Amino acid sequence: MALLLDIVSWITLMIGSFFCITAGVGLLRMPDVYTRAHAGGMIDSMGAGMIFFGLLLQAPDYLIAIKLVFTFFFLLVTSLASIHALAQTVNVAGVNPKLANIVNRLEKNRQKESPPSN
Amino acid sequence: MINMVLLMLLLASVYAIIRLDRLLTAVLLTSLFSVLVASIFMVLDAVDVAFTEAAVGAGVSTIFFLAALAIVGRQCKPTPRRKIIAPLIVVSATGCVLLYASLDMPRFGEPLAPVHQHVAPRYLNDSAAEVGPPNIVTSVLASYRGYDTFGEVGVVFTAFIGVLMLLGAGTRRTSIEPPTPTGAPKESMRKKVVLKEVADLVIAPVLIFALYVQWHGDFGPGGGFQAGVIFASGIFLYALIYGIEPAQRLLPPRRLAYFPAIGLLLYAAVGIISMLRGGNFLNYSVLVNDPLHGQHYGILAIELGVGITVAAVMINIFFSFSERSL
Repeated sequence: MALLLDIVSWITLMIGSFFCITAGVGLLRMPDVYTRAHAGGMIDSMGAGMIFFGLLLQAPDYLIAIKLVFTFFFLLVTSLASIHALAQTVNVAGVNPKLANIVNRLEKNRQKESPPSN
Repeated sequence: MINMVLLMLLLASVYAIIRLDRLLTAVLLTSLFSVLVASIFMVLDAVDVAFTEAAVGAGVSTIFFLAALAIVGRQCKPTPRRKIIAPLIVVSATGCVLLYASLDMPRFGEPLAPVHQHVAPRYLNDSAAEVGPPNIVTSVLASYRGYDTFGEVGVVFTAFIGVLMLLGAGTRRTSIEPPTPTGAPKESMRKKVVLKEVADLVIAPVLIFALYVQWHGDFGPGGGFQAGVIFASGIFLYALIYGIEPAQRLLPPRRLAYFPAIGLLLYAAVGIISMLRGGNFLNYSVLVNDPLHGQHYGILAIELGVGITVAAVMINIFFSFSERSL
């Protein structure tokens, strides 16, 4: 039983670390604010969530487990809300997502190309 | 290993803070700096200090920096080259002196170091019998070193008065009421649905956690300073989401301005009462018949005083900042 718990918690910790690292890469490499906000949200939801779950399996007694659950709850709620506020503010300030520009350009190109063919 | 990583991150963030001329980013990096310092304190097993650093350095002071930025603007002016030289000399000289002094310091964890020889053994061995609380930090801070903590609360109070003088609070109070066009707040309210829900969810637990930290300081890490700051940050959250006016209706600034003094006077009153009962100033053992109970009541009372002062000072400063930036 203890071995099984160890194995499962190792796997979840590894998955959480993987999410954290990929999200860190995403924060540096993503093209605009919205995609970077998505990467930042990934750290707090999947990365931290998996790590907390892994730690929860290692908790020696129920008091520490409850504290971990509370901490994760607050982290999830507050940090995701702050990322939402960031993206919302940027949106209100009038920044368009770069990907949307690309999609728009593609559609314009298609419209330009399609009338001659008809 | 973990110390080295934290130290490298600390150096990197300091370098970035020095090099940046965008003040907003610099402020956020100072918050990161405080979190890193709190982690180092945590590694060193100084839980109370780490708690304070995280609450004050990373939390509240960042908010104050941001509030100040709202007044002064986000860009710093470039400093001319010739003005750099004198500060550079002073800083380098101080750094050299500090490095030279660090050569004489005892090795880390050295049991024969002077700090471990003087009064620390008495605190560790006898504080349970003399003062009581399981958290020795609390008994040192509140009872053995009660004078020092009294002085600290006095410093907080004095700094509060200084900030109020600088910000000119009370002089502009009449000018803040009129300028709200009726359409604008509704518009901004509508956009904040998610933030409002989250704030509703979080504010009450934050305030309860502040009270827990306040009253549980004898047994675990925490105490008046941390509790005051956490309580104030709950109020800040309310003011940031719902606007400054509902928050001021909740805590009228005119009445709130008395509370820093009330906390300090509560602390002093405990000292005076212990003098009236025949002990020294801030000697809680004489408060009731049983010395240990007296210590317990005295510590609770002065921690309450500290908490009231700190929370009221923080909220007052926040209000006066936001009045200025309107």
